[in-house]
Amino acid sequence: MKKEEVPQDDANLLEGKFKVVKYALNEKGEYVKVPSVGWEPENVALEQAWDVINERVEVALAEVRAGRASSLSYHMERNMMDPALLAQHMGIGARRVRKHLRPADFERLDAHTLQRYAEVLQVTVDQLKRVPE
Amino acid sequence: MSVSDRTIPFDHQQSAHCETGVISNLMRFHGMNVSEPLALGIGSGLFYSHMPFLKVNGLPVTSYRILPGHIFKRFSNNTGVRMKRMKFRDPLAAMAELDRVLDRGLPVGMLTSVFYLPYLPKAFRFHFNAHNIVVFGREGDEYLVSDPVMDATTRIHRTALMRARFAKGMPNTNGRMYYPEVVPADADMRHAVAKGLRRTARDMSTTPLPMFGSKGIGFLAARLRHYERDLGPEKARLALGNLIRMQEEIGTGGAGFRFMFGAFLQESAALLERPGLKGFALRMTAIGDQWRDFAYEAGRLCKDRAESHITYGSLADKLTAIGREEQRFFKELAKAAR
Repeated sequence: MKKEEVPQDDANLLEGKFKVVKYALNEKGEYVKVPSVGWEPENVALEQAWDVINERVEVALAEVRAGRASSLSYHMERNMMDPALLAQHMGIGARRVRKHLRPADFERLDAHTLQRYAEVLQVTVDQLKRVPE
Repeated sequence: MSVSDRTIPFDHQQSAHCETGVISNLMRFHGMNVSEPLALGIGSGLFYSHMPFLKVNGLPVTSYRILPGHIFKRFSNNTGVRMKRMKFRDPLAAMAELDRVLDRGLPVGMLTSVFYLPYLPKAFRFHFNAHNIVVFGREGDEYLVSDPVMDATTRIHRTALMRARFAKGMPNTNGRMYYPEVVPADADMRHAVAKGLRRTARDMSTTPLPMFGSKGIGFLAARLRHYERDLGPEKARLALGNLIRMQEEIGTGGAGFRFMFGAFLQESAALLERPGLKGFALRMTAIGDQWRDFAYEAGRLCKDRAESHITYGSLADKLTAIGREEQRFFKELAKAAR
């Protein structure tokens, strides 16, 4: 790849914060570092990955609104976690986390466990108990 | 907190990849000048493996490098650098030890999870727990950070850093941190480069099992050919997108390290006074371009914008060709590097 071939396809994924660097050849055929704002195939692949995540969040949200899942499942998906990963952060078993994804069991949680969940999922306890309107 | 402010003069240079970037930046601080490509080459970081049995988010893992942390290990072995490595159970103990080392005037490398680094753009923040950064000071509640993939240094709040250092998942970061204890002033760089070069060529051309080394590329090609039939159109597209991300996203510097390795071959040609390696650098560049071409067409298919001539079959053909090319390349390189 020559210097002038380094792709500059900006999909604003870097939010204008910085450019990444790629190795490419200069006029003399020597490798140099060249800044890039992105490349179409990378952008496509990254957007695809986010579509999957956003879809999961949407599904969770619908489940919570329908009363089939607790608000915890929405916040778990927003943090891109599954019960196993959330359980590791909580230091409890995945089965218990799965149990807390049921509305009735979530209702019965004590203040301490709620607080821990809130910390791990980076929300307040109040937010943890709700989902967006 | 009673710790005082402290700034260690640290020369931050932007890199294409985090581990090689941290090696280069940390070594320069200790008076050993190694570019990022040299760090990759001496640490024999380039590798290839496609592991259908190892899945992340239900998609098979394809890797263009050796295991995280191992570039550093091999680099140290080959140069005689001695690293102090630590991991912790208790986050507070991990932060206290960081403060102690900073107070000794030493910048500290550490393992973090990208998901918990607020200064990174949101689109890149996945649960990826093997991101290396250097902390080189603190001011009030904030730490000064040299993140090798960024163009400038940045800052992170103590609480956020603590979280990033203790992420769970694959792998747990366990507050891992490291800093050089001994950096030899008279390290034999020619010896180190020659060793790293031989090891890369050997690993790529002789590792047994079909999924490792350059023949692993053909192994993936054979599976990719039938992705649509085996996985269904939806999952096939996801697997393909995943493949592009592993190859091109932050962390490889493009084309799965091929261009950076080309730069390493160029530097080696000069360092070892072996002009023959320049020819290998050119060939590696051409192979990198083939990888890019593959990613480009894969991206089109992913987005369903493909013209009719791009199919899983045609992508597999391209990959097979790259695999053959690399097998020849690394075999010949192994011979030349002996």
